[in-house]
Amino acid sequence: MSKLLLKVENLETYYGKVAALRGISFEVHEGQIVTLLGSNGAGKSTTLKTISGLIPSAAGTVTFCGEDITRKPAHDIVKRGLVQLPEGRHIFKDHTVLENLELGSYTLKDEAERKRRMESVFERFPILATRRKQLGGTLSGGEQQMLAIGRGLMSSPKLLLMDEPSMGIAPLIVRDITEIIKNLHKEGTTILLVEQNAKMALGLADYGYVMDTGSIVLEGRGSDLRRDEKVVKAYLGD
Amino acid sequence: MFTIWELILQQTVNGLILGSFYALVALGYSMVYGIIKLLNFAHGDIFMVGAFVCFASFGVVSAALPGWPGIVISIVIAMIIAGIVGYLTQRFAYRPLIKAAAPRLSLLITAIGVSLIIYNAVMVITSSRTYFFQSGIEAAPLFQAGMFRLTDIQVILLTISASLMAGLTLMIKKTMVGKAMRAIALDRDTCRLMGINVNKIIGVTFFIGSALAAIASGMYNILYVNVSFSMGYMFGIKAFTAAVIGGIGSIPGAMLGGLLLGLLEAIGTQFVGSQWKDVFAFGLLIVILIFRPNGLMGKTEIERM
Ligand SMILES: Nc1ncnc2c1ncn2[C@@H]1O[C@H](COP(=O)(O)OP(=O)(O)OP(=O)(O)O)[C@@H](O)[C@H]1O
Ligand SMILES: [Mg+2]
Repeated sequence: MSKLLLKVENLETYYGKVAALRGISFEVHEGQIVTLLGSNGAGKSTTLKTISGLIPSAAGTVTFCGEDITRKPAHDIVKRGLVQLPEGRHIFKDHTVLENLELGSYTLKDEAERKRRMESVFERFPILATRRKQLGGTLSGGEQQMLAIGRGLMSSPKLLLMDEPSMGIAPLIVRDITEIIKNLHKEGTTILLVEQNAKMALGLADYGYVMDTGSIVLEGRGSDLRRDEKVVKAYLGD
Repeated sequence: MFTIWELILQQTVNGLILGSFYALVALGYSMVYGIIKLLNFAHGDIFMVGAFVCFASFGVVSAALPGWPGIVISIVIAMIIAGIVGYLTQRFAYRPLIKAAAPRLSLLITAIGVSLIIYNAVMVITSSRTYFFQSGIEAAPLFQAGMFRLTDIQVILLTISASLMAGLTLMIKKTMVGKAMRAIALDRDTCRLMGINVNKIIGVTFFIGSALAAIASGMYNILYVNVSFSMGYMFGIKAFTAAVIGGIGSIPGAMLGGLLLGLLEAIGTQFVGSQWKDVFAFGLLIVILIFRPNGLMGKTEIERM
């Protein structure tokens, strides 16, 4: 099996006194797409925020590339190549497309490298190139999602955490996003994909975990989960 | 015949100079408010600390370096020390509260506390005395027309203020740190996900705002001479008012508000007398706020404290 990139062990997170994560464990290996499924409020976003260091965990460990990053500050975790695209895109709406992308490479000092990455984002998303000077807040939902992905790629992540990239996006564009994720994967980016759109996610994922009220209740290979009765009934429907 | 226009021109220059001092201090209020939504009550006291450090430094260096060189060095020292004091207030008073997600009112009360601590500490250290800053610089008129006189000091101070404001505007618009400052004002968590060390940028913001206040107080010393522990109080309130008139959180707004307040005061001194100038200026500012409740360049609604 390929190299272990992310290992989460018995992670617990609380909001005040309320437990949002009740000791979850899972793994992501290099080159995989792993998906985290679950309905509203299952704790998916909390999981990603805890891994990224946005909220502190009460117990458990997060190991990335063999290093314990559980107590590391968020900006330090990004520097190591663990990058999250937050739920709802969070484009800086008063910054231009260009500035959004630049901020995505904040940790980078090398200007030439920044230019190179920017060009490669524009190659991937030509629409963004034509909107360089436009304010982020004036882009359409689909364009904002591309900008969010582009901004994440500016830091050339080893592992990309994506929180519901299909949220609030027309079905036609969801197909585009699916293609984008496939391409990223082909190019060697490892992805942890959080989705409510289980059909899309399981179509892509090598491996999947299903969460419910703060715990992982089911796991398996993508192809197996797609056929799993419980999953079909709860998330795929007819 | 022409005297009235000469007087108005003279007061306009005076007003622009005083106004640029207000503007430099207003920038600190506005930047800090923009980035952490804190009404930094202690900022006027930082202005005062800057004035004292400049005064004390000049007392030491002026023997070897009288005149402008000594003043420049003293102001630079004042900027650094005031910047450090400003940074420390943030590091030890505000940051722990922000980390604990304290309500805004607690932050405000803390800022008032910080203000009182600085105010009283300087009062004790300076034995409540008023000192006189003797720059030893003689103003040389560059241009004179009847009652109107433009001196080299005035031109130098205006040039310094204008360059600082232009420099800050460029910094916020073009540099990575400036872009990060603007982004943090809108969405702190997303900034952290970009690898931005948010605390560091907030610290830089305090340092820059405090250094600007110190350079303003150094220049203020040259013209207004009196240095005392209470000099930051009224000045701080006025600069804060300027920031609100301009639209707090807005950088060009703070500059505009400061210049406007300076001009109104100077014109008011001329036409209604110096004891009424504040009434005149603040009266007009209230009228502006009635028509532009968010300030001249304010975009978002000012939340109620
Ligand atoms: N800031 C917060 N304060 C208090 N409770 C929170 C907070 N954020 C999330 N929660 C609670 O934690 C639980 C998990 O929320 P989370 O956002 O992780 O769910 P999710 O799986 O991402 O859901 P969705 O699919 O709707 O995004 C929910 O019960 C939610 O109400
Ligand atoms: Mg979520």
